[in-house]
Amino acid sequence: MRPPRVLLAKPGLDGHDRGIKVVGMALRDAGAEVIYLGLRATAAQIVRAAVEEDADVIGISSLSGAHMPIAEQLLAAMGVAGLDAPLVIGGTIPPDDVTALRRLGVAAVFPVGTPLPGVVAGVLGLARLAGSGTAA
Amino acid sequence: MASRSEPGEPATASAPVTTDSGIPVAPVYTADDVAGGTAAQAARLGLPGQPPFTRGPYASMYRGRLWTMRQFAGYGSAEETNARFHFLLGRGQTALSVAFDLPTQLGYDSGHDIARAEVGRVGVAIDTAEDMADLFAGLRLDEVSVNFTINATAPVILATYLVAAERQGVRYDQLSGTLQNDILKEFLARKAYVFPPGPSMRLAADVVEYASQLLPRFNPISITGYHAREAGCSAVQELGLTMASAVAYCEELTARGLGFDRFAPRLSFHFATTLDLFEEVAKLRAARRLWYRIATQRFGAADPAAARLRFFSGNSGTTLTAQQPLNNVIRSTIQCLGAVLGGAQSIHVMGYDEAFEIPSKEAVTLSLRTQQIVALETGVTRTADPLAGSFFVERLTDEIEARAEAVLAEIEDAGGAVRALELGIPQRWITEAAYQAEQEIAAGRRPKVGVNVHVSEDADGPAQGMELFHLDPGVAERQIARTRQRLAARDGRAHARAMQRLSQDAGAGRNVMPALVEAARAGATVGEMSDVFRALFGEFREPSPW
Repeated sequence: MRPPRVLLAKPGLDGHDRGIKVVGMALRDAGAEVIYLGLRATAAQIVRAAVEEDADVIGISSLSGAHMPIAEQLLAAMGVAGLDAPLVIGGTIPPDDVTALRRLGVAAVFPVGTPLPGVVAGVLGLARLAGSGTAA
Repeated sequence: MASRSEPGEPATASAPVTTDSGIPVAPVYTADDVAGGTAAQAARLGLPGQPPFTRGPYASMYRGRLWTMRQFAGYGSAEETNARFHFLLGRGQTALSVAFDLPTQLGYDSGHDIARAEVGRVGVAIDTAEDMADLFAGLRLDEVSVNFTINATAPVILATYLVAAERQGVRYDQLSGTLQNDILKEFLARKAYVFPPGPSMRLAADVVEYASQLLPRFNPISITGYHAREAGCSAVQELGLTMASAVAYCEELTARGLGFDRFAPRLSFHFATTLDLFEEVAKLRAARRLWYRIATQRFGAADPAAARLRFFSGNSGTTLTAQQPLNNVIRSTIQCLGAVLGGAQSIHVMGYDEAFEIPSKEAVTLSLRTQQIVALETGVTRTADPLAGSFFVERLTDEIEARAEAVLAEIEDAGGAVRALELGIPQRWITEAAYQAEQEIAAGRRPKVGVNVHVSEDADGPAQGMELFHLDPGVAERQIARTRQRLAARDGRAHARAMQRLSQDAGAGRNVMPALVEAARAGATVGEMSDVFRALFGEFREPSPW
């Protein structure tokens, strides 16, 4: 069985990448393969890379407050491409938006303050489900 | 130093006690810890306002004048941010600090496809010089000092500000404030870069050169360690990296034939002040002494003002927590105190709610009140550099200066600040330090009250009962419509002429500022002016960190 494969990206214009890099390093140390697309990734770039890399989970980070439109655009692009990998989001996300993102179809939200082991366990748990073909 | 064990348990004898940046701390310090004895120490200190400025840039320090209270503010459109400025000034703030939205920082107009989701979110949306004029409505630009947190598009934004001043009838030599204009730290940590490092350095230097001729009261650059620190590096690395950037800018400027004493008195600096109180105070004191040595020994500063480091202190957002958010008020107060004991010229205090949103009106008022209480009620302003002569603080100041100099040497061995960035060397230091800090928090080795010690379960979530900031969702559409109207009203021929001159000047290697001012006057947008540079210089893509 191959290791879980996680695609990470920063969509939008936000440059705060401390969090996503730390999460990427922790996922690698936990045995995942991590592909990081870097800053200002578009929805089309993320979807293409997720298909090409056969990602089990897509993780994005936003600290600029633009997470709602970004998630909507990305989920729409994933739908068009028939991509069913779960999408997770981390960053500066107010409590009301955590609920709203979950309702949109985001599989997990990790706002500022989520302990690092919790993020790793959450992402790897989703990756295992996706990898075994039982993801929704 | 506080115990690193769980409350109630004795510290384990084997665990080394260090500052946050790893400098060993002894149980007690005595006169024996002062290197070279008291006479040598007196020479290393000098008096406040005198070389090597360890004790402060000015003789009277806060007795003469309090630090500038400058809360970073901006959201939505120019009108909304203008209202926030009036609100803050009405509550005793003494200067302004503009936060720009990401499209403005990256040179996109609000109507650009890539911009829409970000318009007005982390700062104010500025498309034209008219927006900039609206931003300062009811304020006199010859009276209020303004800080602009803008870097990749700093020359463009400066041009719109100069045009806004012209419309008020204010002369350029009456303007005071600071343009951040430190592109190196964007590549290093903040990541709002656009053009590659080489042309970016040229644009930054164009601004400093132009200002050295026309803006005698304005700081055209604020050389910044703050963002590298926030991204994860230590206090020592922060100081070393800041000095490496300063050296790179000064070399770029002196290579143009500009005299060091001509521009260096207007250089300003920006450091973080975090929670390790004595290390932070020592770092800020060491910064002044190290810069004095670099300015005099390397660049031959003859004017003492060219070797006198002045700085702005920002509290650290990364020390604040989402859990038990009111605790952040206490964290910010200690950081504000550290900045004052370190001799800051201006200070920003973080909002306690910034783990969730940009600060609410209530939170930003409390930040300002924090500064006012430290200034007016504690007595810390009564004498300059009150911690001078403390065996511990002086020892730590010496130690940080030496270690930061070693960081600077490491960057220079790699080919200097620009080359080291291209190689990704300091970026790796920062990322590795950030990961280590997070692991230490997860393992409980680095105490964070409310996070890994003294945790309280709150079923309703930490932000319960807090009135968070909400951005008006109509702001982007209104801004786009307003800019469209302004474009329709401009003189097409004057605009075309100005844009042509900008392309020519930029392509020919002339200083871009005069052409930018003409373009801004002719109604050119931030996006149009930035596109000239995009076409000429291309865009930078960061190499993958792994």
